[in-house]
Amino acid sequence: MSERILLQGNEACALGAIRAGCRFYAGYPITPSSEIAEVMARELPKIGGVFIQMEDELASAAAIIGASLAGVKAMTATSGPGFSLMQEAIGYACMAETPVVFVDVQRGGPSTGLPTRPGQGDIMQARWGTHGDHPIITLYPSTVEEVYELIIEAFNLAEEFRNPVIFLMDEVLGHIRESVTLPPDEDIEIISRKSDEEFEEAEEIFLPFEERENVEVIPLAKMGKTRFHVTGLVHDESGFPVGTSNIAGKLLRRLENKIRLHADRIIKYEEFMVKDAEILVIAYGSVARSALRAVKMARLDDIPVGLFRPITIWPFPFKRLKELSKHISGVVVAEMNLGQVAREVSRVFKSRQHFELVSRVDGELISPSEILDAITKMYAGMTEF
Amino acid sequence: MKTAKLIEYLRVDRMPTVWCPGCGNGIIMKATVDAIDRLGLSKSEVAIVSGIGCSSRVTGYLDFNTLHTLHGRAIAFATGVKLARPDMTVIVMGGDGDMLAIGGNHFIHACRRNLNLTVIVFNNSIYGMTGGQYSPTTPTYAMASTAPYGSIEKPFDVVDLATSSGATYVARSTVYHYELTVKFIKAAIEHKGMAVVDVITNCHTYFGRYNKIPDPSEMLEQFKEKSIPLSKAEELSENELKDRIIIGEFRKVESPDFQELYKQLQEKARGEDGYKA
Ligand SMILES: Cc1ncc(C[n+]2csc(CCOP(=O)(O)OP(=O)(O)O)c2C)c(N)n1
Repeated sequence: MSERILLQGNEACALGAIRAGCRFYAGYPITPSSEIAEVMARELPKIGGVFIQMEDELASAAAIIGASLAGVKAMTATSGPGFSLMQEAIGYACMAETPVVFVDVQRGGPSTGLPTRPGQGDIMQARWGTHGDHPIITLYPSTVEEVYELIIEAFNLAEEFRNPVIFLMDEVLGHIRESVTLPPDEDIEIISRKSDEEFEEAEEIFLPFEERENVEVIPLAKMGKTRFHVTGLVHDESGFPVGTSNIAGKLLRRLENKIRLHADRIIKYEEFMVKDAEILVIAYGSVARSALRAVKMARLDDIPVGLFRPITIWPFPFKRLKELSKHISGVVVAEMNLGQVAREVSRVFKSRQHFELVSRVDGELISPSEILDAITKMYAGMTEF
Repeated sequence: MKTAKLIEYLRVDRMPTVWCPGCGNGIIMKATVDAIDRLGLSKSEVAIVSGIGCSSRVTGYLDFNTLHTLHGRAIAFATGVKLARPDMTVIVMGGDGDMLAIGGNHFIHACRRNLNLTVIVFNNSIYGMTGGQYSPTTPTYAMASTAPYGSIEKPFDVVDLATSSGATYVARSTVYHYELTVKFIKAAIEHKGMAVVDVITNCHTYFGRYNKIPDPSEMLEQFKEKSIPLSKAEELSENELKDRIIIGEFRKVESPDFQELYKQLQEKARGEDGYKA
């Protein structure tokens, strides 16, 4: 039976993670994410899981990777300053192909910024925060109910692709309370850890990165049953470091392809009235809620406008936007940063099209009327002649 | 014969090691597998975690579950491993820079938590891998590539730091004292709670060369001459102990470790209200 309860975004994130099978949480308190840690501290011990408050975010990130390599689904949550500290470890998780989930409840930045106010300035940090080319998946819900469902998806994708998944939220989404219908068991899919059970006390060392026929994701070794080696150094399929350039190139391309070739399966988005739209509003996270309202209001004025809401931020849904660009003459991007997604969008929509960025970086949520204004002005400009 | 047996625990196909000829790291590696062998642990039930540095490359040569992680973070990774798999024996190995500079915070907090880990510090008083820069254990006035006029900083005493931070087993040995090193590592693994073994080792390539002891055997001779057992040291004055290496078991106390307390916490949490999944 589905259950209807009142939940805060951060609570939904923690409870959804537990539902997804997360049994290890390590974190360091930071506004506006701390409720996630508090729920984990309360709930995990009841079900045999482990909560630990680490000495900093460097330790938190390291601990969840350690726990995951030891066989337990693991997560941490933080906000901008802590997310910056976790970056080196995120790269390690990419290199050691470790399924882990990093939640970043965004505040205004940079630096300590606006601790208690929303921001969306970590879009690029989520993509490129760690050094070197690396594969990454980033999800960003926009309602509390979606937080619950999508954090489960985040764990699934992490397991499926053996990769870290960044789960973005923002202060509004983290703290808003909404009534939520928790999905019944039959409606949720949970991908459990693929570990190699065939390995008894193996003579040979387990090859943690061996490509196998018909097996897309290499199972993780089971500690205690076999032995394996992982390193952040460039390595071959055995997991041991090698310095040869052909192996380095092959590894980096394989890692990139893991996500790139499966982008269609990973990418999720939501569309509202885009079919006959001439203007497309693009917004995500809590701003998408304002955008939806603005689009509905504009439609009442007979403006042909639609909403595109990327749910998967990385890989970015370029393909779908390219399709939409064929019949779109104007784009409004609304985001709480200085145009991080707008820059990506501008790679698809050409200069002949109208382009407007509605941006706020003052810690205030963008309101429906600000977006509606931009739509109305753009439409007026398009129909002037 | 003994050595031949210990080779079973090594990944000989990954050798030669990155270590310079005469480096003490090999002695600590051997002492570790010797201790594991004497304890009769199976290779699959041991996880060894290291950070980054010459000494941290040890995980690449040891045939266990081995995690070669990030500079300074080995103890934090190991915390995750141990709490996820309490049944595994988890050993952390690495350099003085890795454990006490960039990883110093994790070191003291793991001690404070009394996590059931064995931490082996390869203490060569220098950053070997990056070319001989001074480290948190470089003695005052010793030379290093970034201390061309001698270091003016005071070094950490690993034993003092571990003890005052709450580690429940703390010992020091040197690579000259092989049997003692094996004994302490074995005791550390057997110990329930945070166990730290500070092993003084030689980096003749950098520390030695910069400080006029470029010959590894001479460095080992110095370790022998400078070392003094804890029982004897207790009778000497601070002045008499200057430049001496005090070796022995400094702390060995029984105290509930993190895991034991966490188990109690879990029971308490379960008792309060039934969990609804
Ligand atoms: C974040 C980060 N900073 C710096 C380095 C460069 N680095 C690699 S090893 C090392 C120090 C090694 O010294 P130590 O830990 O004492 O080990 P040793 O090489 O002497 O065994 C440093 C600074 C790094 N790998 N990562």
